[in-house]
Amino acid sequence: MTKKRNIVIIGAGHNGLICAAYLAKAGHEVTVLEARDQIGGGIAPREFSKGFTAPGLAHLAYPLHPKIISDLEIGNNARSKSRTINTISLSKSGDHLHLGQSSASGGSLSSEDQEAYSAFKKEFLAYAKALSPLMMNKPPRLKNMDTKDKITLAKLGWKVRFGLKTDSMREFLRVGGINIYDVLNEVFDSEALKGAIAADAVIGHHMAPRTPTTVLTYILRLFGETENRQLTSAVPNICEALATAATSAGVNIRTQSKVEDILLSDDQVTGVRLSNVEEISADIVVSNSDAKSTFLDLVGVQDLDAMFVHRISKSRTNGDVAKLHFALKSLPNFTSLDAESLRHRLLIAPNMRYIEQAFNPSKYGEFSERPVLEITFPTIDNPALSPDGQHTMSVNASFAPYALKAGWDKKRKTFTQKVIDTVAGYAPGFESLILDHELLTPVDIESEYNIKGGHWHHGEIAIDQSFMMRPIHGTAQYNTPISGLFLCGAAAHPGGSINGLPGRNAAQRILAMTKSGDV
Amino acid sequence: MSLHDFTQVLAKTPFHDRLALHSQTQDWTGWNGYQTPRVLDTVASEYFAVRSSCSVMDLTPMEKYLITGPDACAFLNRLVTRDVSKLKPKRVTYAVWCNDEGKVIDDGTIFHLEKGVYRLCAQHHQLDWLMLSSIGFDVTIEKDTHKVAALSVQGPTSFSVLTAAGIEGLEKLKPFGIIHTKIGKIPVTVSRTGFTGDLGYELWGTPKDAHGIWDAIFTVKEHGLFDIRVIGLDTLEMVRIEAGFIMPGFDFNTAETTIRADHDRSPYELGLDWIVKFDKPYFTGKRALIKESKRPQKRCLVKLIAEGNKVPTSAFLFDGKNGNKIGTVMAQTWSPILKSSLAMADIDYNDGKPPVEIWAEIYYQKELKWHVKWAKCHLQNAPFWSHPRRSKTPPNPV
Repeated sequence: MTKKRNIVIIGAGHNGLICAAYLAKAGHEVTVLEARDQIGGGIAPREFSKGFTAPGLAHLAYPLHPKIISDLEIGNNARSKSRTINTISLSKSGDHLHLGQSSASGGSLSSEDQEAYSAFKKEFLAYAKALSPLMMNKPPRLKNMDTKDKITLAKLGWKVRFGLKTDSMREFLRVGGINIYDVLNEVFDSEALKGAIAADAVIGHHMAPRTPTTVLTYILRLFGETENRQLTSAVPNICEALATAATSAGVNIRTQSKVEDILLSDDQVTGVRLSNVEEISADIVVSNSDAKSTFLDLVGVQDLDAMFVHRISKSRTNGDVAKLHFALKSLPNFTSLDAESLRHRLLIAPNMRYIEQAFNPSKYGEFSERPVLEITFPTIDNPALSPDGQHTMSVNASFAPYALKAGWDKKRKTFTQKVIDTVAGYAPGFESLILDHELLTPVDIESEYNIKGGHWHHGEIAIDQSFMMRPIHGTAQYNTPISGLFLCGAAAHPGGSINGLPGRNAAQRILAMTKSGDV
Repeated sequence: MSLHDFTQVLAKTPFHDRLALHSQTQDWTGWNGYQTPRVLDTVASEYFAVRSSCSVMDLTPMEKYLITGPDACAFLNRLVTRDVSKLKPKRVTYAVWCNDEGKVIDDGTIFHLEKGVYRLCAQHHQLDWLMLSSIGFDVTIEKDTHKVAALSVQGPTSFSVLTAAGIEGLEKLKPFGIIHTKIGKIPVTVSRTGFTGDLGYELWGTPKDAHGIWDAIFTVKEHGLFDIRVIGLDTLEMVRIEAGFIMPGFDFNTAETTIRADHDRSPYELGLDWIVKFDKPYFTGKRALIKESKRPQKRCLVKLIAEGNKVPTSAFLFDGKNGNKIGTVMAQTWSPILKSSLAMADIDYNDGKPPVEIWAEIYYQKELKWHVKWAKCHLQNAPFWSHPRRSKTPPNPV
């Protein structure tokens, strides 16, 4: 039995809670410190207007990986019990496109496109499955591999070579690093269909369909559909289930405990200091915070190598998505869309050109004139989130760059209006339904959720910031240059979304290192 | 001086007119983008000026950075391997700095000019590394190479020459000390530093005062009391080897210019373990160097004296006559004052120790005909050349 360690985890987001639960189940003494007054981070519900609650940053998610659910004995709480959530890509003509996990309809799709969609989803889901050895383990080092790294690479090689058929493998290797724009143009005719798929490839990222690596981001998103998972709106359930799992494993969770400093002695972590100057000692500190906050603020540059600091500070972590919450008198009336359809995920991304053009200004520090929108109505499934008969509408609006040239303070109203106008283009009279609203720009997300740059995934998921280079090479296996300090959040492999794998993989790594005596 | 005069490939230092006047050969070369003399008269006359009388060298091209701000000391301490917090105002220290892997990027001297105001002098351009290292520090880094006119005055009579030139307070200036003083009426900063292993000083003034400083020194020569000669890079190379000083980029490949694995060098591999301190706040490369310090040393840049009178120019080194190859000579010179053949050599260690025997296979020419001979080499730990007057305060007037 490994010696029991005193472990502090910074941040009670989903990855922090998952990591904590694993470590506590293994017999360690675990305390999770959360700066905010509630746990859950981006998946925690949020009352944005009196009586109106929205599901925080993430209004939809793929459920946690089943491995985590069984390991942590979460039971069915976090599984999607709700009905299937499909995507409806809105069309101004009212000829909306309906996308299920494996079939598409509406939008005047040709039968060829319908068939191509099913084949495409199947093919790309297979690619995502092929990556699972990589997703489920610490990313292997290519130099100085340990046995586990060799096994991971061998499994990955096997899955890619034999899990995929020869043609699929060739295709996977061909498209893996390129952009989704080229690939979709090869496969489909319908502009609406291409737009809807491309939106999934770029959502949350500072990327447009023509950006290289958007095939990879799409495949990584599809990883959420492996193991028979479906998009769910029951995100708050995940949060509650994780809190229960962590607490019952013996984890001590403290909210309103903002960590200001990671304390070191002789290059070894000794604990943390809170903003109220309280010091908490620990053998191991695990940061669920982003890499910039962890290294540049909490550890401090004086205890790190210059090039390491430079590479961390140059990693691309600026968010490009704003979250908007609307308190509505009643559900809006979208042209040719019945109220039942509002249970699904609505997308305003009518074609790839629209997305590309929405993205262009953000390259120069300006927001989209006509943003790409992802819309949900959480109150349909959960009426308790708003007063009777009234509704909450939750919107992800791309693109809204963190470093807005004009500064967000002056431009909040303008951008909100652009989002309202965009929605109204599909739902006439929408504006008159608004009782109240909230805009969370990446700058707001940064300050409210303590994420540098306000990026969903704690940093762009491009090839140069993925796998053994996430967040940067040299600290990509959850351990860091500081002995006893680990990363467990979205800044670590395999990155963002709500799959919980960074937290789980980090816990595995910590347990392996404590067992071998390396920590 | 215009920094952007593109009609001129090499910039002229503020001393250029005077250098050109002294140069019999007009044998120039480039040094950090400045036109600088290789030899002005003959190497022999310049060399003996350093060792027997007084030499003057234009140091302006040396890279200079002014480092100020509340975190200046903390910044430098994270940069270099030794403890800068112990460097008192008006003192100078030699330092090296490394990359994250503990490989040496460059070496240089840190001048603590006044409390909290530092100047870093470096062999190579360092602004990018300094800026990169400054992330998170409240520090201002200014490259002021072209704002400082610097002269190195070295040799047994340098104290007497500079005193005769009107510099006051030199008698109290200890090695590695700094004084802010005047030469005649011209304000000048003098440090007791140099690259020759002998008594010597470096003078730091403004470009507009360059001629005044120069003329004040050479007036002493005109009075006939002292011989003073201007020296160039060729002589510097001889005397720096005698003094045992290393030259990054020549004796070893600097870390940030190295592409091939294992072609860069750590301070240990350069024999600089004496300036690597672990009992100080973190510095870049410390983790890597702690690890390295626990492993047997793989190789080292060493000082060698080769038997005989043949200089082992770029010679391969062997662990015996016709033995296994164990290294290469990186720099070499015939030392007229020691009457020996000196070399700086990069040699492999065996199980953390230098080879028992070292032999050089020396190729040399006689009237353009090549010959080869073997010379046994002897490891030398102390500098080849040093003189007690270098560290004596006050130095005996000569």
